[in-house]
Amino acid sequence: MNERVKRLRQCSLDAKPTVSSERAELITEFYESDHETSSAAIRRARAFKHLMENKAVCIQDGELIVGERGPTAKATPTYPEVCCHSLQDLEILDSREKVWFAVDQRTRELFHQRFIPFWKGKSLRELIFANMTDEWKDAYEAGIFTEFMEQRAPGHTVLDDKIYRKGFLDFKADIQESLSRLDWLNDPEALEKREQLEAMDTCCDALIAFANRYAAKARELAERTSDTGRKAELERIGEVCERVPAHAPRDFWEALQYYWFVHVGVISELNTWDAFNPGHLDRHLYPFYRKGLDEGTLTDEGARELLQCLWVKFNNQPAPPKVGVTAEESNTYTDFAQINTGGVMEDGSDGVNELTYILLDVIEEMRLVQPSSSVQLSKKNPDRFLRRAAKIIRTGFGQPSIFNADLIVQELIRQGKNVEDARNGGSSGCVEVGAFGKENYNLTGYFNMPKVFEITLNNGVDPRTGKKIGIETGDPTRFGSFEALLDAYRRQLGHFIDIKHRGNNVIEKLWATHIPTPFLSVLIDDCIADGKDYHAGGARYNTSYIQGVGLGTLTDCATAIKHHVFDEQTIGMSELLDGLSHDFEDHDKLQKVLLNRTPKFGNDDEYPDSVMRELFEAYFEAVDGRSNTRGGNYHINLLPTTCHIYFGSVVGATPDGRKAWQPLSEGVSPVQGADRHGPTAVLKSVAKMDHARTGGTLLNQKLAPGLMDGEEALDKFVHLVRSYFRLDGHHIQFNVVDVEMLRAAQEDPDKYRDLIVRVAGYSDYFCDLGKALQDEIIARTEHGDF
Amino acid sequence: MSAGTIFDIKKFAIHDGPGVRTTVFLKGCPMGCWLCHNPESQAFSSDLLLRHGRCDMCGDCVEACPLDAISLNEKSVHIDRSRCDLCGACVDACLLDALEIAGRTATVAEVMEEVEKDAVFYEQSGGGVTFSGGEPLSQPDFLFGLLRACKERGFDTALDTCGHAEPEVFRKVAEHVDMFLYDLKLVDDSRHLQFTGASSEPIHTNLRWLADIGAEVLIRFPLLPGINDDDENIEALGRLLSCLPVRYPVDVLPYHRMGVDKYERLGREHKIPELQPPSEEDILSVASTLKDYGLHVKVKGEEV
Repeated sequence: MNERVKRLRQCSLDAKPTVSSERAELITEFYESDHETSSAAIRRARAFKHLMENKAVCIQDGELIVGERGPTAKATPTYPEVCCHSLQDLEILDSREKVWFAVDQRTRELFHQRFIPFWKGKSLRELIFANMTDEWKDAYEAGIFTEFMEQRAPGHTVLDDKIYRKGFLDFKADIQESLSRLDWLNDPEALEKREQLEAMDTCCDALIAFANRYAAKARELAERTSDTGRKAELERIGEVCERVPAHAPRDFWEALQYYWFVHVGVISELNTWDAFNPGHLDRHLYPFYRKGLDEGTLTDEGARELLQCLWVKFNNQPAPPKVGVTAEESNTYTDFAQINTGGVMEDGSDGVNELTYILLDVIEEMRLVQPSSSVQLSKKNPDRFLRRAAKIIRTGFGQPSIFNADLIVQELIRQGKNVEDARNGGSSGCVEVGAFGKENYNLTGYFNMPKVFEITLNNGVDPRTGKKIGIETGDPTRFGSFEALLDAYRRQLGHFIDIKHRGNNVIEKLWATHIPTPFLSVLIDDCIADGKDYHAGGARYNTSYIQGVGLGTLTDCATAIKHHVFDEQTIGMSELLDGLSHDFEDHDKLQKVLLNRTPKFGNDDEYPDSVMRELFEAYFEAVDGRSNTRGGNYHINLLPTTCHIYFGSVVGATPDGRKAWQPLSEGVSPVQGADRHGPTAVLKSVAKMDHARTGGTLLNQKLAPGLMDGEEALDKFVHLVRSYFRLDGHHIQFNVVDVEMLRAAQEDPDKYRDLIVRVAGYSDYFCDLGKALQDEIIARTEHGDF
Repeated sequence: MSAGTIFDIKKFAIHDGPGVRTTVFLKGCPMGCWLCHNPESQAFSSDLLLRHGRCDMCGDCVEACPLDAISLNEKSVHIDRSRCDLCGACVDACLLDALEIAGRTATVAEVMEEVEKDAVFYEQSGGGVTFSGGEPLSQPDFLFGLLRACKERGFDTALDTCGHAEPEVFRKVAEHVDMFLYDLKLVDDSRHLQFTGASSEPIHTNLRWLADIGAEVLIRFPLLPGINDDDENIEALGRLLSCLPVRYPVDVLPYHRMGVDKYERLGREHKIPELQPPSEEDILSVASTLKDYGLHVKVKGEEV
């Protein structure tokens, strides 16, 4: 990396995360003064325009790609219309040990004097909680599930190639076209559609205006500088910002800048989950790269530098400050913008190109937690691609994660996408799949499967609180067979999924009604064509996910009962329940038997693995195919972010020998330390579930650094991954650090500030993680050198 | 014979031949090398292992032992091995798996069932199954049965051997072996006898035969400081290998200390517990001497 990039990268790393009041001020100002009776969509569009026309414009010294969400790097806005932080929230954000945001006095004053009084009773978060039933609240408070949409917006989408073909003036023309096609005589929704389309049109103007302000600022700076080199750069920036996003980009620089303006637009309009994401950047940029090289206007070095400048911009945008349960489930600065590389093209051909390798170089050199990155590995991609990625992985930085591109196509087609849309899709966030540029795929919340099992073992009662929150599925001591227990669990599961589903239906409607998202709607097909908002079902595909957590723990719990209580009959159900209720105090022997004399998932042992399959199917049956309010369906995925820690903290001792309040297993990984037969056995076990019927599963593997040393070892690593994908595994990610180093980092965090580890679908600084999560990562089995 | 004694099956063995492999460890060895890193592999009978690190001194094993061979003192469990008849009652009683019996009877079919599980990895990587020990050739019929079963399944086979076996036995088994991982330690017969308890004569004979028929062989040379790292032995090794009709590659495997605590688990004395691994410099110097004989030399599987 050159001196410019080094400096920009360091500035980004050094920048302190702060809560910025700018956005809240502008949005509040708009709604305070706007007393029009126009539709929610029009008001949202005008508010967005007000924001983009008035927020600070910031061009830092040396930057080539410009545009910040806040007034400066890591100045992070809040979204009071969604969730208005209390003064206590601000105090927690400012003082908490991990993932903190500095909050200055002026900001606190503004919240106190202005934002809190104005938004009280109006924020969507309050509206959501006011509309939830008591049984929903009981389940939520018990930690059965989390709710993604209570303080962040349902974004969860990724861009396709449309911005590289069309400018925003073209989108405006599309909107006009759609308006002109409105059927006022026969379409009862014509008026709503007009409102939505006009709102989208206003948002197009807003982004163009924002870019023009950058163009003007660049020219102003160019005039003032005496540095001739920088002057030329600033003039070029001015030219680029005037061109895009109004018009389609003509070259590599314009393409990158265009994407970045769009990105800033999306994350300024709302605090969308998983930020936003350009998706298949290598494939989208390749034509510009090729053209630049052919015409002699671009070099590899130049392309690399521009990409690195873009990387810095991602790193400047921490995830918006989260509080409460949402902070527990996703406690990180990372905002999950996952750049995809490789995969297959729309026509099914190999998607790896020369730019793919440049992107991988950039990922390795930049070594930043944001953006996140993945390789989409198809059987058609060359091994060279995976080997290049493996060389980055073995540096111990947890990126890129590896996805099975061919399986993702299968998953998307099963969900009803056409084959081209499926091939243009990929993974985003942690591991979830979607049709890029055409799908609204919402993760609606994590679901605590072991907690439901615990409630089943207590006949509907949550033993932590003594409160009855489930249905009566029978006294477990009277179950005559393992099948009877499974039946009870299935019924209990259905009960809680019903509660979650009902809540989701209400929440989706609240979003669509109160906070439409006209800017994002411009970007996702077919919102313009159908005159429909993204939140209201305007996307071509509309999926809702409920993310199952703790499949490994659940499997080992059920297996232990099957083995000891029913098959071997060496432990009575009452004896077991007694031990659990005492957290194994004075039941030492029972715990040891459960831990060490019980078949465990993750060892390629058919006994527990067949139980896993039944539990997987139970979850699939409970969720898959339900309808959402946007004209789409529910599907499952299995990933935890950091939620397995939170969910573990509400589950008492479990039949797998786990002590109360300890973390659950994460993703589809075996229980930490339960896999004792090496990585091939783990992959075999995990591949026994039908990944093709999910929308993503997450598998973590920890490897000792020695295991990937040398070319031969790298080959074997490549084979390991390829084999897992032959077995139709969805995703795998590796932590290549040794346990000693992690322990040393716990002891002496200052020395290990730069230690990045894979958490769950994303990488983070080890020292930024809470103690419980640090311990959990250490406990994940390290597969060492045999 | 369709059954034999094994003491372990390790998957994802990536240092025992090409690709991703499963290594099956057969128990018992005709040699008694001082520094054997798998001491539990040496005896043909079972061994009782005690991992002190896992023990929480609960005393369940003491109660379980029908021969009163186990006692607790203040710091640890003590096994009177002269009394122990390896019945395994203590192992069943130990819920922390601190006690373990190394060595169990397994049929060819049982071993194959386990080996079969990783077939997809062998196919993907060009890997297969490696037989190690102990000395697998010491159970020739069992080994032959296993090798034949592997070949019937189309699995690549490798044999990790010290080469100490009757030529007839060796030749019969060799028919189903795709690759030999052939250990050489000391060339001089009397020194070999002293260090391993066996003559090097049959080892050299069998190696020569392999070279004559053009078999695929990787020589593995464990580099043991003070035992076989002297110029005389290295030069002799270079001469021996360079005179063969095939120039076999040599993998130098520097001594490591991972075997040391296994001796403690077995209640046996390690002959040189303080022995340290050779320095990087020494390793490279040995490699360079061997290279001077025109040999292809690797260290721990990696080019140097």
